[in-house]
Amino acid sequence: METKFAVKIDDLTVAYDYKPVLWDIDLAIPEGVLMAIVGPNGAGKSTLIKAILGIIKPIAGSVSIYDQPYEKQRKLVAYVPQKGTVDWDFPTTALDVVMMGTYGDLGWIKRPGQKEKKASLEALEKVGMLSFKNRQISQLSGGQQQRVFLARALVQNASIYFMDEPFQGVDASTEIAIINILKELRKAGKTLIVVHHDLQTVPEYFDWVTFLNVKKIATGPVKEIFNDDNLTKTYGINYKVAINK
Amino acid sequence: MTFFEYFQLLFTDYTLRTITLGTAVLGAICGMLGSFAVLRKQSLLGDAISHAALPGIAIAFLITGAKDSNVLLLGALISGLIGTFWIRGMTSKTHLKSDTALGLVLSLFFGFGMLLLTFIQKQPNANQAGLDKYLFGQAATLLEKDVAVMVLVTGISLFILLLFWKEFKILLFDADYATTLGFNTKFIDILITFFIVLAIVLGLQTVGVVLMSAMLLAPAAAARQWTNSLAVMVFLAAVFGASSGVIGTAISASQDNLSTGPVIVLVAGVFVLFSFIFSPGRGVLFREIRFRKNRADLKLKKTLQFMYGIAKTHDDFAHPHAIRILNHFQGYTKNSLSALEEKEWVEIKGQKWSLTQKGFREAKDLYNQQPIND
Repeated sequence: METKFAVKIDDLTVAYDYKPVLWDIDLAIPEGVLMAIVGPNGAGKSTLIKAILGIIKPIAGSVSIYDQPYEKQRKLVAYVPQKGTVDWDFPTTALDVVMMGTYGDLGWIKRPGQKEKKASLEALEKVGMLSFKNRQISQLSGGQQQRVFLARALVQNASIYFMDEPFQGVDASTEIAIINILKELRKAGKTLIVVHHDLQTVPEYFDWVTFLNVKKIATGPVKEIFNDDNLTKTYGINYKVAINK
Repeated sequence: MTFFEYFQLLFTDYTLRTITLGTAVLGAICGMLGSFAVLRKQSLLGDAISHAALPGIAIAFLITGAKDSNVLLLGALISGLIGTFWIRGMTSKTHLKSDTALGLVLSLFFGFGMLLLTFIQKQPNANQAGLDKYLFGQAATLLEKDVAVMVLVTGISLFILLLFWKEFKILLFDADYATTLGFNTKFIDILITFFIVLAIVLGLQTVGVVLMSAMLLAPAAAARQWTNSLAVMVFLAAVFGASSGVIGTAISASQDNLSTGPVIVLVAGVFVLFSFIFSPGRGVLFREIRFRKNRADLKLKKTLQFMYGIAKTHDDFAHPHAIRILNHFQGYTKNSLSALEEKEWVEIKGQKWSLTQKGFREAKDLYNQQPIND
């Protein structure tokens, strides 16, 4: 059977000033994988996601989603940014933030109505945050804020999810809750691309992995390529990690 | 004229009514749009823009030779916008941080504006006097047509605000995310910045270049203290702004030699001060009260915990114990005991105390309180 690719990236190069942050990345992500992007700090992991999503303009390269240019396929894609990129003291509630996930479908000017509200409440319930729907977002814990962000992406009802360090600064119970939701999404046939820092949990959480350090080092099934060789190539030191085989 | 006479005059005196209406509308639009500036952490942008508007006023006068306020404000708008784009350009094209860009534009434009003003003042032309009113503002020079422009612009901004409410909100909260949803964030950004510049320019005649940013920030900062909803914040800021305008005008009109602009700004400052201290959620006063109450609560619960430790050793938790045990280990028990009794956590009988059902459960759950999950 021929593999269907959810995301295809060709020759993607991003630079700030003269320093390349991503160098000539070619990457094809098969449909239905739960993929980790791993690499050291400054490897360009977040930048890769931002370049794919058009937040950062690459100096070269193209991105296609299901064989169409990304711009035409936005509605198939959902994004969970890093929690620290927004001001959590912004005057708004958890439900309101989740509702923002419906704005893309609504387009310009049109306001969210009952239908959007219902979908947002369902998303909040999925992440176990329904009882916090009217809570001011600054009064949420870090883990709860992360769940709200996840709910906002869920409400987009996308096929492909890009997540930037969703496990950063969350407690164990939130981490388990989030990974269970991600696994559920994969079961439903969605494709998930997750920037991840904790190498120990890669084999347990993910089935696909991309090693990145400015250049793409390797990409493929965790079982085949998540080994010391690739880790060493990526992190530059002789990296030993306990891999559950 | 007393304060009261002023309000009587308001209904009969045409000039006073015009000025009051003008400052009220100005306060409202500034509060409304200032909320966005504050939430975008662009508080200083207002200051830079208002100073950047000064050379525009001077150049407009030099070109037309007229002192028609609308022509001069059009000049102000243009040079304010140029200043804004310079700031944006500097921050995106160079390594300069936004505070440096703001500071540079502010002082360069203001310096240039002052240069032109002194040049104009030296001209042998009787017409030149009065341009310096744009430095500190002079509400008394407001004409009906000025106020009409203010009302019109405020109406348009309100309309745009309501129309693009959802887009403004998502841009303020998470611009990158808005981009991924397919919104043209650059357009939304320019739209909102344009209206902020417009509001600033509108206020130059009344409040002046130097104090204008306070009109933008003070009502918004005060409003943020009272609410956790963006809509309510924008509305409250408009109300605070309008009230500052009206009250400020009233005070300055009822006294001699008090110029209106600074008084309005000071009134707005009082709103801020009051809100910082007395707002229930974020105010300093209630925070301190809550803090003290929590500390007292915690102390009480510590005592309860100690009692629980003693009571636990018996099959019957309500088994009475001598108060002296507590005295010995805890000290200061008299007040805490009566406080505990008031909460119905313990019962006191003579020289003995015993835990109630409620107190037992409270103590047991004290350390079991889960960090709120699901």
